[in-house]
Amino acid sequence: MDDLFSNFDLYLKAFGVTLGLFVVSGVISLLLGALLASLRVGPVKVLARAAATYVTIVRNTPLLMIFIFMAIAGPRLGFTFKSIEDLSVGDWSVSAFFFRSCVALSLYTSAFVCEAFRSGINAVPLGQAEAARAIGLTFSGSMRQVILPQALRAAVPPLTSVQIALLKNTSVAAAFGMAEATFRMKFFTNRNADDRVLIFVAFAVGYVLLVEIVSFAGNRLERRWVVAR
Amino acid sequence: MTVSVLFDAPGPRTRARHRIYTVLSLLLLAALVAAVIWRFNDRGQLAYRLWEPFLTPEYVEALVRGLLKTLQMAALSILFAVVFGVAFGIGKLSDHAWLRWPCWLVVEFFRAVPVLLMMYFVYYSYGVGEGGIGSYWSVVIALTVYNGAVLAEIVRAGINAVPRGQAEAAYAIGMRKSQVMNIVLLPQAVKIMLPSLISQCVVALKDTSLGFAIGAPGLTYVGKQIYTEFQDQVQAAIVVTAMYVVVNLILTAIATWLQKKYVSEKNPLELTRVGNLDGGRNV
Repeated sequence: MDDLFSNFDLYLKAFGVTLGLFVVSGVISLLLGALLASLRVGPVKVLARAAATYVTIVRNTPLLMIFIFMAIAGPRLGFTFKSIEDLSVGDWSVSAFFFRSCVALSLYTSAFVCEAFRSGINAVPLGQAEAARAIGLTFSGSMRQVILPQALRAAVPPLTSVQIALLKNTSVAAAFGMAEATFRMKFFTNRNADDRVLIFVAFAVGYVLLVEIVSFAGNRLERRWVVAR
Repeated sequence: MTVSVLFDAPGPRTRARHRIYTVLSLLLLAALVAAVIWRFNDRGQLAYRLWEPFLTPEYVEALVRGLLKTLQMAALSILFAVVFGVAFGIGKLSDHAWLRWPCWLVVEFFRAVPVLLMMYFVYYSYGVGEGGIGSYWSVVIALTVYNGAVLAEIVRAGINAVPRGQAEAAYAIGMRKSQVMNIVLLPQAVKIMLPSLISQCVVALKDTSLGFAIGAPGLTYVGKQIYTEFQDQVQAAIVVTAMYVVVNLILTAIATWLQKKYVSEKNPLELTRVGNLDGGRNV
């Protein structure tokens, strides 16, 4: 246990990487998922079909396989993401590892985000749209003032679940050389076999804390935004 | 014409516009497919040599054996997880605080801890070396505690979803607490829980792939052996993914069928949150 405490900065840095993966892929997956959902409920049948196919395939694929595509199969097709390391903003640059982990997590999570948004839209009763048109709101008016506000609020609980799942899924990046929390636990366990249980608990508690924070934020948002029906 | 909450029934001008969009998006999708094929061709990934292993009976057999191993691991962990889930799910509903709180704590803990972290812990602490339990059982144990915790939540929600009058009627005719649970509540709850249980099987099956990280046997392991030998990473990844998707689709179809047959139009179970690998699917 002394080893963990004397190297506590490694512990914090590892959870920093986990948080970084979570936030970056969380934002990208929300955007990508919103795009997919709008294609899926949109009037163009071809695009709806394409989005539905993507969602079905990705939802039934293990996240690990998507990581294998990015980290192991990708380079064979010439996708090493090495060029991303040349890009730097000031002192900041992104490692290829981090980048491709975020791509894999975002691709995977966006399928679930799409489903969450869609369930939100499905939760809006048809009568709401009919009433909006009946009082003379235009298409964009009824969309902006009646349907989407309700749909987005109804989508908050499933979206929170998806984001919590994403937070836990960032651990898969450890299997592909990303030095985040799960990777560090393995590192400390191998160095101090006698303290393995305590080390596990220390890292597990870190995850539990992060999960509880996201869950708490989701609950607050849900309660503030709840639609009275 | 299906009625949609989002759009009015389109008029002639809108329909004409939609036709243009359809053509444009078809072109876009075709371009995308063409780009992928061109890339494959450009990097020599369409070469027959690289696809050959997946048409060779010997390797197909190995893959199928890997799939069976994966299914076996998933089935075992679901089996144990059901036991775990029923025990802790009922524990969470206990009238005794000294039983309810520890059960709650265990369930919440294992639901919030990533499966891979659990797997690494079990494997590197108790799995490796002489006398260790090995990677196979490390995967099964990690999946058991995780899925067991999720199932505990499903069991709790399922029992709560049985109409209250059922328990009240059972108490009224003089049944004891354990009788009410065993004879009246649990059998009815099982029916409500079935679709969620099958969905959880899909989650467990997907999670067995994490055994890759500790070298456990299974589909991904066989895939790795094949691509290490033939250097056909792309093709192996495609084939293995396709196998996972097909099996999962079959399981999902069973879940949908059970939902229709036994639960009819009722909503799926409402679970308290703390995500699982399958976030959106309401487990």
